[in-house]
Amino acid sequence: MSLNSNKFERIPDRLPPINSIGWVAWVKQNLFGSVSNTLITLLFFYLIFLYIPPFLDWAVFNANISGTDRSVCDDNKSGACWTFVKVRIEQLLFGLYFTLNPDQTWRPILAFIVFACLLIPLVIERTPHKKWLLLTLIILYPVFFVSVVGGGVFGIPESDASQWGGLLLTFALAFVGIVLALPLGILLALGRRSKMPIVRSFSIIYIEFWRGTPLITILFMASVMLPLFFPSGVEFDKVVRAMIGITLFQSAYTAEAVRGGLQAIDKGQTEASMALGMGYWQQTIFIILPQALRISIPSIVNTFIALFKDTSLVSIIGLLDLLKIAQNSSRSLDWNGYDIEAYMFAGLVFWMFCFGMSMYSQKLERKLDTDRNTE
Amino acid sequence: MIKDDSIIKITKLNKWYGKFHALKDIDLSVGTTEKIVICGPSGSGKSTLIRCINRLEVHQEGSIKVDGIELSDDIKQITEIRSDVGMVFQHFNLFPHLTVLENCSLAPIWVRKKSKVEAEQMAMELLEKVRIPDQVNKYPGQLSGGQQQRVAIARALCMQPRIMLFDEPTSALDPEMIKEVLETMIELADSGMTMIVVTHEMGFANRVADRIIFMDEGQIVEQNDPDSFFNKPQSDRTKLFLSQILDH
Amino acid sequence: MSKSPLTLHRNPKFRAAIVQAALVFLVFYAFYSLYQTTVFNLEERGIRTSPSFFDQVAPFKVGFSPFLDFELGTTTYIKVFYIGVLNTLLVAVLGIIAATFLGFFIGILRSSNNWLAKKVALIYVEIFRNMPLLLQIMFWNFAIFLAFLPPPKQSLEFGSFFLNGRGLHTPVPIVEHSLLFKVWLGVVILSILLSFIFRRWAKIRFNNTGKSLPVLSISFSFIIIISISAFYILGQPLTVDIPVLGKFNFKGGGQLPLPLFSLWFALTIYTSAFIAENVRAGISSVSKGQIEAARSIGLTRSQMVKMIIIPQSMRVIIPPTISQYLNLTKNSSLAMAVGYEEVVAVWANISLNQTGQALIIIAMTIIFFEFCSLFTSFILNMYNKRIQITER
Ligand SMILES: Nc1ncnc2c1ncn2[C@@H]1O[C@H](COP(=O)(O)OP(=O)(O)OP(=O)(O)O)[C@@H](O)[C@H]1O
Ligand SMILES: [Mg+2]
Repeated sequence: MSLNSNKFERIPDRLPPINSIGWVAWVKQNLFGSVSNTLITLLFFYLIFLYIPPFLDWAVFNANISGTDRSVCDDNKSGACWTFVKVRIEQLLFGLYFTLNPDQTWRPILAFIVFACLLIPLVIERTPHKKWLLLTLIILYPVFFVSVVGGGVFGIPESDASQWGGLLLTFALAFVGIVLALPLGILLALGRRSKMPIVRSFSIIYIEFWRGTPLITILFMASVMLPLFFPSGVEFDKVVRAMIGITLFQSAYTAEAVRGGLQAIDKGQTEASMALGMGYWQQTIFIILPQALRISIPSIVNTFIALFKDTSLVSIIGLLDLLKIAQNSSRSLDWNGYDIEAYMFAGLVFWMFCFGMSMYSQKLERKLDTDRNTE
Repeated sequence: MIKDDSIIKITKLNKWYGKFHALKDIDLSVGTTEKIVICGPSGSGKSTLIRCINRLEVHQEGSIKVDGIELSDDIKQITEIRSDVGMVFQHFNLFPHLTVLENCSLAPIWVRKKSKVEAEQMAMELLEKVRIPDQVNKYPGQLSGGQQQRVAIARALCMQPRIMLFDEPTSALDPEMIKEVLETMIELADSGMTMIVVTHEMGFANRVADRIIFMDEGQIVEQNDPDSFFNKPQSDRTKLFLSQILDH
Repeated sequence: MSKSPLTLHRNPKFRAAIVQAALVFLVFYAFYSLYQTTVFNLEERGIRTSPSFFDQVAPFKVGFSPFLDFELGTTTYIKVFYIGVLNTLLVAVLGIIAATFLGFFIGILRSSNNWLAKKVALIYVEIFRNMPLLLQIMFWNFAIFLAFLPPPKQSLEFGSFFLNGRGLHTPVPIVEHSLLFKVWLGVVILSILLSFIFRRWAKIRFNNTGKSLPVLSISFSFIIIISISAFYILGQPLTVDIPVLGKFNFKGGGQLPLPLFSLWFALTIYTSAFIAENVRAGISSVSKGQIEAARSIGLTRSQMVKMIIIPQSMRVIIPPTISQYLNLTKNSSLAMAVGYEEVVAVWANISLNQTGQALIIIAMTIIFFEFCSLFTSFILNMYNKRIQITER
């Protein structure tokens, strides 16, 4: 090799021609890239300008919020009647009992706040001791919820579950379904992957049975058949019946979500733990399940979303959940004719919860993907 | 060494990804039947350069002429140039839903408008050449990496291109398979194809290259025939690079 | 090692057998006692569980029954069940067709390279899949259609379709002369067969010579010209009954009553949001490398879409979309909220309340849906098998 070598002369970086960077290039590329692209852009702009401003006028700028009865809204028909929602908000959120006893509304509010305080740290990635927080949420919180909202202890006046309603009921149904279905679903998922043929077939039949039937049929069954299943004298509250139906239904979906996680864990893990001389339950509880559950969280959250939406079906069997109260209010003499506002409010509440959960599950999924790719 | 009958002529080529200056003032001519090997550290712009030649990437400044046709936004011309320039990718990119034979005959039928019989006949010949004997009705997923890459070479050859581009064709392969793919490429080189190969296989470069180009930071640092390139490198960058890759 | 009874309990096979035997016993015992209690409880209420009520006359009216004739006072319970099933299948089929088109349209927008279209499609998907379907059904039916659709006199007109507060009036075909109609049908089928033969021939020619013909447009125009001319030569054996506005309401034509229309509309929008997401996922599952390879061999954009992107993305799109079809069918049971007479409404609700035959009625409803679900898994399995054969 020759000793005299040329030094590498680096050509300094330049900025690209102005028309290929910045917002001009971006607009050109993403909105007016080709003839068809331009036509699509123009069409969508046209549609947006046609519909969005009138909608905003109606929903925001001309909307009514003042006053306490329909006269305000009847005078100004060009805007939405949020007065209605404002006046009925207690019913929509907490149901009959707490509307009749306004001095008691602190109870559901406290329950919601405590729930939020437990949930928010769980969602944040860096929180330590998540396991304990989760256990608190699914074991201690229901006790807390029942004693605060249900009352009858610590001198808190009792409120009958059949008089809960609105978002409170929706929340209670979904929460119970989610929490009780989790252990059941895990057992079923393990059963479906068991080496014992009878356990496996029973699990499959159970899971496919509930998944094959629409929830509304199951709720009918729960409300009509459940009392028939037990000797007379055993009575169930309507709400409890719905909870049982929902839990059985949900457990099948949870099982499928967990099974997805179990499948994703490779055989090596099982073999390694076998080699350590662990028994089936030891393996499952300490090695397999923690990993499988971590992988299946996004799918499990997706089943939560589905369930949260599905709780609205209880309105068909006569429970006063958020949707039913919205519908009833918009049919009451005081407010009839303001259906759109009622459904929009209920829809918005449902949407916020479901969209939030869906963002969360998408985020986890992306994270799991990148973890897998960098492993 | 720059011939006048050049089939590819690149002048003052500049390419940016967003604001990142990926290729800087590249000048390069490639003569008919010439074999060029491009090497350089990771991120130096080797892939970007050869992908500009068949317009998988769009450049912002300078000009690229292939066969006398200047690359522009004209879709018809791009299609014409692409059917004249074959490309082989690092990860093969065979179509998983088509059999080996269908992979190879697809473009001749739809781009070259050949009859199916004719296209399949030619595909069979080329598949024999790359020694994929009786696997033609299998799907790519059923083949080994080396076999897949040889099918990918056959697929590109089926278009009867005048130029072949290779982007690290062996770097996703196990050592035994590298050999079989390189052998195929050497045969192809010996048959007189114009080739531009991005690779770190210096044995191959020494054996077939008419010219080796060393790139770094988006520039052509040095180009020379293999003998001078390996024995009398001019630039300190080249020396550093060679010492690193020849060490092991 | 000796198999003494002391170590038998450590034998995994023996333990498994015991566990399973216990499980079988428990499950069957539970079912048996549930069944016993239920039958007993029903009898306490004066209901003897027996299918003999099938042949009794149903004492209520089923207003919408386009396939079977309903007549108050003669129609039996079992026929009510069939009507319910058919109505469920009707809305399911209508919904599946519309949701597929809309879903693919939105999904393609979602994957287009137009930023605005992408965002609009994203907002559509996120709004409609994150709200309860029941709420959407009620919203469209009560808050929008019932409240704003005009009375029949001022129906909204879409060609020969008329939409008003009572529902959607559609043209329906009517056979004027049944023999000539059959002849005409024969001619149409023949022309379709001929065009298939033509297609075969064109394909062989293409394979041999590489010369291609616009097969699709030639066969379509052939079929259409033949059908239309035969139609007039045979003296119009089929006429279309177009709804016309009478004094108060439309006469003639067919009608999708408003509950059906609302249900169909809401199911379509809801399901299309999910299908759009499948389509997006399918399209983005085609890797960049595939597209680059297709471009590098010189395929044009439309050839690439037709031969590389669609076949590959369809494999990802089809299975979850079939599951969405099943979901749509199950979701059609929400019709109860708006009063469309499908199987859950007329059977699991009204008939059950009338007869009290809970056991049989719920069982039949569940069996119907389980059947749909099994059918779906069957189709899915077939599809997956086919894919596996061609890929691995
Ligand atoms: N699509 C892209 N968007 C933005 N930057 C890119 C893109 N493709 C490549 N680059 C950047 O351009 C530079 C050159 O990339 P290129 O792929 O050409 O390198 P290379 O020499 O082929 O490297 P390697 O040996 O790793 O393949 C790199 O710094 C890379 O990060
Ligand atoms: Mg590269």
